[in-house]
Formats: sequence, C-alpha cells, structure tokens
Amino acid sequence: MAEQQFIGGDIILKALADQDVDVIFGYPGGVTLPLYDRLYLQNRLRHILVGHEQGAMHAAEGYARSTGKPGVVLVTSGPGATNTVTGLVDAMMDSIPLVVITGQVVSTLIGNDAFQEADTTGITRAATKHNYLVRSANDLARVLHEAFYVATHGRPGPVLVDIPKDVILGMGPYMGPENVTPRNYVPRIEPDMAKIEEAVELLASAKKPIIYAGGGIINSGPEASKLLAELVHLTGYPCTTTLMALGAFPAADKQWIGMPGMHGTYEANLTMHDCDVMFNVGARFDDRVTGKVDAFAPHAKKVHIDIDPSSINKNVQVDIPIIADAGLALAAIIKLWKKKKKAADAKALKAWWKQIEEWRSIDCLGFDQPKKDFIKPQHALVRLQNALKGTDYYVTTDVGQHQMWTAQYIRFEEPNRWMTSGGLGTMGYGVPAAMGVQVAHPESTVVCVTSEGSLLMNVQEMATISRYKLPVKILNLNNDRLGMIRQWQELFHSNHESECDLANRADYIKLAEAFGFTAIYCDDVADVDATLAKMLATPGPVFVNMVVDRRENVFPMIPSGAPHNEIVLGPNQKLKKMDDRNNVMA
Amino acid sequence: MADRRRSSPRAPDSAYDKTNKAPQGNSKTSASAKNADAQEHTFSVLVDNEAGVLHRVVGLFSGRGYNIESLTVSEVDGGEHLSKITVVTSGTPQIIEQIRAQLDRLVPVRKVANLTADGPSVQREMGLIKVVGSGEARVEALRVADIFRAQVVDSTNRSFVFEITGSSEKLNAFIELMRPLGLADISRTGIVAIARGDAGM
Repeated sequence: MAEQQFIGGDIILKALADQDVDVIFGYPGGVTLPLYDRLYLQNRLRHILVGHEQGAMHAAEGYARSTGKPGVVLVTSGPGATNTVTGLVDAMMDSIPLVVITGQVVSTLIGNDAFQEADTTGITRAATKHNYLVRSANDLARVLHEAFYVATHGRPGPVLVDIPKDVILGMGPYMGPENVTPRNYVPRIEPDMAKIEEAVELLASAKKPIIYAGGGIINSGPEASKLLAELVHLTGYPCTTTLMALGAFPAADKQWIGMPGMHGTYEANLTMHDCDVMFNVGARFDDRVTGKVDAFAPHAKKVHIDIDPSSINKNVQVDIPIIADAGLALAAIIKLWKKKKKAADAKALKAWWKQIEEWRSIDCLGFDQPKKDFIKPQHALVRLQNALKGTDYYVTTDVGQHQMWTAQYIRFEEPNRWMTSGGLGTMGYGVPAAMGVQVAHPESTVVCVTSEGSLLMNVQEMATISRYKLPVKILNLNNDRLGMIRQWQELFHSNHESECDLANRADYIKLAEAFGFTAIYCDDVADVDATLAKMLATPGPVFVNMVVDRRENVFPMIPSGAPHNEIVLGPNQKLKKMDDRNNVMA
Repeated sequence: MADRRRSSPRAPDSAYDKTNKAPQGNSKTSASAKNADAQEHTFSVLVDNEAGVLHRVVGLFSGRGYNIESLTVSEVDGGEHLSKITVVTSGTPQIIEQIRAQLDRLVPVRKVANLTADGPSVQREMGLIKVVGSGEARVEALRVADIFRAQVVDSTNRSFVFEITGSSEKLNAFIELMRPLGLADISRTGIVAIARGDAGM
C-alpha cells in the first residue's frame, strides 16, 4: 500500500507541531513563499514576524533559555540565512537548543549563483552543532525530527535545516518523531560510577571546598537545580555560579558566594583561588572565569562534570573527569554521599567559612551613590532589584558594562530567569531575547537591561515588540559611551577614548515613542524609584532612558590574563582591603 | 561487530585522565606551533558518508588550529554508507586528546580510533612515481624499483610510472633514489591505516 503523501510545506508544519512547537520566529522570502502559504492555512503554530533575521535568532534563544524547549526560526535563503549566523554562533557558545529552518533555491539552481543563493550549509557548518541540506521531500520528516533530537540531546546547540523550494513544494511521506531513531548520535549522559565514587571521596576529604556550577545545570532542567541545592546544603560547602548559571542556585541562599570570574565577587574568586577541592558541575573553565590558567586554583584537586567530552581537559587539566548530564551526576553523587554517610570535615569547614566571610565582609559590590550628581548604574540596578523583588520576573541584557552590573546586582532565585549572551558576547542580543521570553511568558515581567551601543544593534525589534503588544520593559542605562570599551581604554590604553563616544546619536525618547513604547526619561537620583515603579506598572511596552554616570567602571575586576588573587577592587573597597591584606592574602 | 551505534560509551572516562599530561600549568599553545612534546598520531574516523562530512572534519582541524599531515578518505561500506577517514596529525598529548574528543562529538562521526595510542597498527601508503630518462639511468631505475618491489604500471620509450606501496619512509627512500634518475612526477595517497589483531573498529 502506498504511503500517504503530503506536500513538503505541510510535512514541515506537521513535524513542528509533533515536536510540540507553538511559536516560530521568522521572516518570509522568495523561496519560503510556498511554506508561508501553508502556514497561512493553519492556526496551530504562531508565527512572530520579526524585523531582522538576527532578531529572530536571539528571540528564539530567549524563548529556549526561559522555557527549556528548543527555539524555532524560519528564514529564507541567501541573506535570510546569512543573517542568522551570529545567532547560530551565539547559541553554539551558550549551548542553546535551536532548530533553524532556512529556505534554499530550487535544487536545480543550487551552485548556479542564483538569486538569493548562498551556500548555507557550507557557511554555517562551523556555526552549528549540525546542519542538513534536504534533497527530497521523502527525507523531510526524518531530517526535521532528527534536527530536534540533535539540538536537544547531549550538549544542546543550534541545528540548521536547509530546504530547497522544490522540496517544500514536493510530495513525500510523513512519519512522527516516534518513528525516527537517530542513526548514531547517542551522547553519553549516565555517569561512570567508579568516577562518582572517587568524586564523593574527594569531596568528603575537602578542607577548603568550592562547588562551581555552570550553565549545564540550567540545560539539564529544573531538577538539576534542586539537586545542586541539595548537594550544597548536604555538604555545607560554598557555591559559586557562573554567568550562564545565575539562578541555578538561589541568590538568597547564604551558601551562595556570587559569580566567579573577571567581574565576579571578591569572595567567589578568592575561594576559587585558595580552594583545595574544586567541584565543577556543568561549567567549562571559560577564560573569563579562570583568568590566568597557570595560576588557576593552584592547590586544588578538581572534579569536572560535563556532558561534552571535549570540554574535559580543554582549558584546565582535571583530576576526576565525569562525562555525564549534570543532573544525573548530581543525583548519583548525592545518593552515594548519603549511602556512605559522608560528612564534611566540620572543623576545617568552619575555618574555611570564617575566611570566606572575611572576604565577603569587604563588600566588593559596595558603591557610593551621591545624593545629587549622576545616577550610578549600580544604584539603578539595586533599585530595579528592589522593585522586582517578589514578582515573577525575567531579565535579559545586552553586552558590556550594564551586563556585568546586572549580573552583579540582580538576584535570581530560580533557573531559566536570566538570559544573556555569555560566550559570544553579542551586542544586540538583549531586546530580541526579551521579546522571545515575553512571547513564552506573556503574563510575566520581562526586563531588558541595555545600553545605547547594544540597543541600536537590534533596535528594529522594538517594532516587533510593539506590533505584538508585548509588555517588554527596556531599561537603557545611558552613559553616552561604549562603557566597557571606555573602561579598558582608561585602565589599559592610556585613557585614550578611541571611538567609544556614543553621544548625540539619537533622541531615545522620540525613538521609543516612534516604535509605540511608553517612554520615560530619568536623570535625577531622586526620580529613580518612581521611574522604575512606573516602568513596571505601565501596561504594554515601556522604554526608560536613564542617564547614568558615564565614568563609572565595573569592579571587582580581574585583568585579562591575571590570576584570581590579583583581583582589583573598586574605590570603595581599596582601603578596607589594605587593612585586611594579611588575612586576605594568606 | 553487531552494533556500531554509540549506545555504549565510546571512550571510557579514563581516556580523559591526565596520563601523559603536560606539567600542571595547562600551557596550551597553538597546535601548529612546533612544540617540543608534539607527537604524530594517526586517527581512524568512521563517518556517515553524507554531503559535507569531509568538510566538517577538515574544518574542525583548520578552525581549531590543528595540523593535518596526511588525509585519506573513501567509502568502506556502501550498504551502510560509511566512509573511513584516516588522518595523521601532530600535537601535544593534550591537543591529541582534544582532537579525539572534538572528532567524537561531530554528529556524523560514528567512531574514532587513535591508531597510534590505542595499540599496534599497520600503516601503508601508495605512490605513483614517474621517472623519465634513457640509457643507464633508465636501467638503474628499473633495478631500484625491483629492490623496492615497485611495479611498472605504465611505460613509454622514455618513461616509467612505478607503483610502490609501503610505509611512508619506504616511499620517501624510493623517491630520493629516483631523484637523480629522472624523477618527473609524484602522486601519493597519504596514509591508510588499520589496527592489528582480530578486532574490528
């Protein structure tokens, strides 16, 4: 009996529906017209028409990061496809599951330099976890289901499926995901129990331990966050979470010592430096965390749990490598810890915490907000945190100083609440990402903290936010500068403010109003609270242009390539630290 | 082997232990830098024979700054559409370990073996060597070819094409001997290799 045949476009839509996709971010074009025609005839899938394909990518990332489901993007051939590349690499670096469908010119024209033709699979090969060019409608269903499988299994990442116009128009059979067994991609997720046992023994023997958790916890799912908290409480050890893992462990918990790395807390970095056992779960020893690798945690025995074998011993040599899903490994460790009735060395741990508390008492994030004068960006964020407290909020950022300040001052108690471009550092991420988060969580508060440089890189998505009446709140910390560039120029390049001046580029209030946002201006310290309250209370999209101190720097800071114990503190802490130097540098 | 899939762990965690590890300090230098402890390793990579798979493997090497000393590829199982890529590379032990892990995580890669590290292996190369000349040199070329067990696969009044198979060193030696005898052209396959013993890949 002949299998029932479907039009390629319908196979695509059916496959998306069977993968539980409810929204796609896209932009139509010549070769995807037949697919958009089929899309028009259904109402199961919601399509968000973005302003630019890069915006679709970051929106899908925001959607994916805040839901744990893969984000889906649909764009056309040529420029549509090439505009996705930054988003693909961003998702690759931050392990975000995406399925990106690109149209391709008719098969017979491939290679002819046809109109809007690009070698999409060639261009994106290094930018994706995997990509496919579908040659026949017969393969469509299988390839699409495989794409979802690959995107979401093992270390998540972006998968691109390039589909020529004739395949969208062609006829082929349909099969559901249950009938597609990936040929060979079966990543390992179960830990090796012998290694788990070694890890438990090492953990229990620690005098100065640290639990260093990364984005792998978030990718493993909310259960992994619960297990992380259980292990931290069970052992009594301090816990630091990377930029990608903010919210994987509650910020309100006393055992949380902040974020490590270049702009991490003083206590987290010195704890990392001085520890004797480092338990890394789901982090990848990024150079922004390790600083100078030769001097990274020089006295520590290291456990590294990672789902990606290529992360092991890539930057830092470890003593106990465990290739596994973070959640499964944590569950195994907790089980064995309990079974063996392990307990921390109470005396050593007490002394260790005493030391950590001394570091913490430096109050490395402390700052002075003068009563009059410029608004300090830190103050704006502390007040934002205060205004958000107790509400159901998600926060996205762009890239630069404001990103680091947001990471330092906004508190996350749950996973999936914090969206930022960590690995690639993509300016222009924040606004579209907030859009994607708001689409997924229409009732929640979604705030995008940004600044002028990043804002203008994907400002067109403000139009999309407005068109779909998404109540996104954009807080623009306006310092008229590329702040992080200016900071590095001040610190490392003789204060030459080379091409970092962003003043007089736009009237942001008029710009926001033109996009249909409620726009609020604030440059007075006295108005900060009222402005933020109004931002959060006003229905619909709101844009706040908050003028902040343009000379402010992000501290603490570990200069690039320096070890953790050469962390530089801000002006408020320097004196305190000198008093405390004997303790601190022990 | 019944099941070629990756349902079983492909490499034990011990493969990632720091045996042979460089001194603590993790001084990862560019793979292309000629490092004192750089070693040559031959990898055998079994892949799905799909469009772009060779590009993917080669792109991994160029994108991450690893060396390719030699590369061969051919389909080895038409039914299952499997190809085998043999790649000779060099690097510090840490980089060699990275190369294995990076190859292993490519989706169309089914299996990776480090034939240098995993056990004894047979490594062979074939060359087609064209020698042009006359008189005593021509006779001498034939004599040397006989010693090396090279076959004449084409000849004209003035030339021979020799087919020679063996280790790369053997080919190098043969080529050097041919140089003064009228060496005109060389084509080499690069190394193909397989593990010794009764186990399949």
